Amino acid sequence: MNWEPVIGIEVHVELKTASKMFCGCRVDFGSEPNTNVCPVCLALPGALPVPNEQAIEWIVQIGLALNCTISPQSLFHRKNYFYADLPKNYQISQFDIPVCSGGFLDVVLDGETVRVAINRVHQEEDTGKSIHVGGGGRIHSAEATLLDFNRAGVPLVEVVTEPDIHSPAQARAYAQQLRSVIETLGVSDAKLEEGSMRFDANVSIRPQGDQELGAKVEVKNMNSFRSLERALAYEIVRQTELREDGQRIPQETRHWDEEAGITQGMRSKEGSSDYRYFPEPDLVPIVVSDEQRERIRSTLPELPHERRARYVDFGLDSHAAWVLVSGEDGLAGLFEDAVGLGADPKQVAKWLTGETTAYLRREDATIESRALTAAHLVEMTGMLAAGKLSASAAKEVLTGVLDGEGSPGEVATARDLIQMSDGAAIEVEVDAVLDSNPDALEKIRSGDMKPFGFLVGQVMRATSGKADPKVVNEILRNRASQ
Amino acid sequence: MPIDIDIAHVARLARLGLSDEELSGYQAQLGVILDHAARVQEFDTEGVEPTAHPLSMVNAFRPDEVRPSLDRREVLEQSPAHEDGYFRVPPHLETQ
Repeated sequence: MNWEPVIGIEVHVELKTASKMFCGCRVDFGSEPNTNVCPVCLALPGALPVPNEQAIEWIVQIGLALNCTISPQSLFHRKNYFYADLPKNYQISQFDIPVCSGGFLDVVLDGETVRVAINRVHQEEDTGKSIHVGGGGRIHSAEATLLDFNRAGVPLVEVVTEPDIHSPAQARAYAQQLRSVIETLGVSDAKLEEGSMRFDANVSIRPQGDQELGAKVEVKNMNSFRSLERALAYEIVRQTELREDGQRIPQETRHWDEEAGITQGMRSKEGSSDYRYFPEPDLVPIVVSDEQRERIRSTLPELPHERRARYVDFGLDSHAAWVLVSGEDGLAGLFEDAVGLGADPKQVAKWLTGETTAYLRREDATIESRALTAAHLVEMTGMLAAGKLSASAAKEVLTGVLDGEGSPGEVATARDLIQMSDGAAIEVEVDAVLDSNPDALEKIRSGDMKPFGFLVGQVMRATSGKADPKVVNEILRNRASQ
Repeated sequence: MPIDIDIAHVARLARLGLSDEELSGYQAQLGVILDHAARVQEFDTEGVEPTAHPLSMVNAFRPDEVRPSLDRREVLEQSPAHEDGYFRVPPHLETQ
């Protein structure tokens, strides 16, 4: 039987406001533990939350960027559960009327566009951080839990898809492209490794063609795009094997173990689904007027899909446009600046998406940490066009520039990579070769082209490979026809 | 007709350790409250705007400005146990 995976993704994004969601404590991840805390985020008796206006503005931006409907009026609810990193014993979240609902994100994967439906985007608050101590650092044998409430109350936006994703690769592409939207909006650091963007996935499988959904398994603890993809691939195989074996799949939460490459069932929480949501009595409704919504819409920056379309208009193919917009950070900025300085867009895109991207992956580096500038790109593509660099020399020059050895001209000179493109200088070399091979030219003139390649080779040898082969060919043809 | 309620489940959700006697006592009391709620639900609310909040106010926001936090030493001293600037609590295994 063919099984179809059905995946829904929940993404949590921490907003980079200056202060927390419901109090004035600083949002800062480098602070000493429990230094950004106050009666509100510690849940001391009598403290009252007051929502951060900036956070509301930003969630509306996110919703609009994801083609959502913005609720004219939405509500905060209390989500009740007991957990030590949540001192109120409830999380302020949203329930039946989130700020944003019913949108979509068009995801590009292997040149095809897949539309992922967004169920909702809602506003909530983050929890504190726990550290389990004793028992050799293992959570199950910990002796105590240490709590830091600096993160408690940081504005958190949750973006929930419909169960609309059908492969691990699609899930990864969705998560990456959602991140690219969030980064473009500039409302979050969106750093997976620092936890400012985190995702959970709901996975089930069903016989191909079935409409009904299977029992869903929630997978947590995926800290990179790669681990999201791996965890989902593992989970789909696990569920398929169980079903083929005639077993039922229990609805549960599983934990991705990155090192072992497997998901593991977590001890089930008693009544964990019974959050007893009720309207937060301490907070009044959020109203977003039509005027406010349209004002926010008018301030949206150019979104990744719009930028991709503009790059395609520059003459780039859709893959190159996609890599520039959603690949390594900072590539798009360099591209735009270089094109602004007059460089050929296709050439700049080629070197950024090809050699530069490969270099950054190889070195595990960011573009910001490297010396490459837009002016360098203009210079290098100019040297290529003028025949001063061969393609292979350009690769070496680019590596040198990225390594911080100087401008393309400096690197090319220092590494002796400048191609001879000066016709007069090459003519001297060609004539010298012809003088020492007097028969060759006669043979060519009588129609025997065999010595031609030999002569080109001799000139290249005489110039240590630095003559532009195009120019050498041209001069030789001229001499032969004289 | 009293509404049936799983009082043990409710007590567990609220982390309350109740004796059998208390369980049956609260069972009856909560039942009465739910009966009352059921009666309220019988009202014809056709055409009545839903009330989200008793106040008619909306959008009570604050600007995104940092205000001073509490002194950590003072905060930690209020807690039963602390260690290296952290609150120290019994281990908890489940993760949200």
